[in-house]
Amino acid sequence: MLARRMARHGLTLIAIALLGGFLCATLVRLAPGFDSDEAQLDSHLSSASIQALRQSRIEQRNIFRFYLDSVGRAVHGDLGTSVSLQQPVSKLLGERVPLTLRLVAMGLVMSWVAVTLLSLSAAWLRTFAYDALATLMTGLLLCIPASVLALLSVLWNVPGALAIGLIIFPRDYRYVRNLLAKAYSLPHIVTARAKGLSELRILFWHVIPVAGPQLLALAGVSVSLAVGAAIPVEALCGLAGIGQLAWQAALGRDLPLLMNITVLVTLVTLLANSGADVIAHMWRGQQA
Amino acid sequence: MSFWRKAACAVLLLVVLVPLAANWLAPAGYAKQYREAAGAPPSHEHWLGTDDIGRDRFARVLYGTRISLLLAPAAALLSTLMAALVGGLAGYLGGTWARSAMAITDLFLSLPWLFLLITVRAMMPLNVSPLVSVMTTFLILGMLGWTSSARVLCATAGSLRNSDFVRQARAAGISGARLFWIQVLPNLKPVLYAQFWISIPAFILSEANLGILGLGVAEPLPSWGSLLKELEGLVSVGDEPWKFVPLILLVMVVTAFQMVLPRGDEVAA
Repeated sequence: MLARRMARHGLTLIAIALLGGFLCATLVRLAPGFDSDEAQLDSHLSSASIQALRQSRIEQRNIFRFYLDSVGRAVHGDLGTSVSLQQPVSKLLGERVPLTLRLVAMGLVMSWVAVTLLSLSAAWLRTFAYDALATLMTGLLLCIPASVLALLSVLWNVPGALAIGLIIFPRDYRYVRNLLAKAYSLPHIVTARAKGLSELRILFWHVIPVAGPQLLALAGVSVSLAVGAAIPVEALCGLAGIGQLAWQAALGRDLPLLMNITVLVTLVTLLANSGADVIAHMWRGQQA
Repeated sequence: MSFWRKAACAVLLLVVLVPLAANWLAPAGYAKQYREAAGAPPSHEHWLGTDDIGRDRFARVLYGTRISLLLAPAAALLSTLMAALVGGLAGYLGGTWARSAMAITDLFLSLPWLFLLITVRAMMPLNVSPLVSVMTTFLILGMLGWTSSARVLCATAGSLRNSDFVRQARAAGISGARLFWIQVLPNLKPVLYAQFWISIPAFILSEANLGILGLGVAEPLPSWGSLLKELEGLVSVGDEPWKFVPLILLVMVVTAFQMVLPRGDEVAA
């Protein structure tokens, strides 16, 4: 029963990811200026080369045919060739995925450690000044564009993962702080505090079981935030990951590369969210 | 209204009004080049110095603020209207309509916002006038930024659909578009208003991100994004602190917007 449910869930995820790829390809194809290409203005290219470039664009005009061909090839492991970088897409993705995964994972860990420490201390201390200071700090970080944080990380020579962490941190903090504040105000937790139970015991026995499923859902969402944050960080810090590749593909109007990155990014986002949902569901089931 | 909210309103009013007088306040146009003073530090002639090609930075900040602050609300209005149309109607119609609309919305939301934005922005024609590039940038923001608002509106319209007053109106013979227009839409107004305010700072930040990545407003027109791109050339923070003025202004404005935003209880009221 569970296996069938998981299989159905997996199929839905793949279908949504493919639909995401199709949506991206359609958006790209329908956008005005798709036919124009900087390379066509290059005076170094011969008329035959420019003609070949135009021909390749014409082949991509029928978006349904292009997409079906791409899916058919992808089933056999061929993800096509990047137009701008002239390399197989599978090779490009294979080379860059590990760096982005490492960067995103480190950013998430940094952000969640900071979020947990800050929001727990805010919940335990319950002083206005501390709470106001934390809110002010996260509010300020929320008002700085992600790209500026990436630029500042280059300027101060700090790792890109820290910039990703700083981009996600204020968004997560506000939710976690509110969740914990809500959990700590529950009558049975107030009673436990009044009876003198230790803070750690209250946290692990009473607060986490209440807020846990929602925290897990938030963790799933923050993966999507981290992947989005990887674009400016990698592009501006010169890190050769998927974010930088997406930026280069966008600038180079590289349809095969963009489509594959979209499918990959959609899959990662959906997997993270679904994983968090499944764990939260199992958690709730155990509690019931 | 609290003191901080009043202060935020005052800041917003000031930041909106001063750039409107840019024609009188700025020493020159945003594109005028002082070639003999390229990359100059602040002076009496150029309060914030000049950029690498000798354009007065103060003038560019004034004109850039005008562009960012006039077009972000326009994009927010467009996205809110689209959200009302898609989310509001889907919630009101319910059933398959709501499920289909929310599936499309979820699909958009499953892609990171910035990724979607750079993909579509990069596909715009290369040889457009700066004015068209401004319109394009903010049009894309408006056209792509409606999804999360649509979700909220769909849920609100869905709850309104089953409310007593809508049932009574239906029983009284009002149906279809008229029911939506007269009964449902006016009750969505507080949510629409909140979504509009939330979208403005989000779009200001998105434009800044696009500008820094080189996909924002085309030169020589200034915007906060293109002005912040100057930070890329900095060697250290203390080197040319006046280059941080657009960032300080942006942070101030976004903070002011966050403070002016209606709170949850006000939206509910």
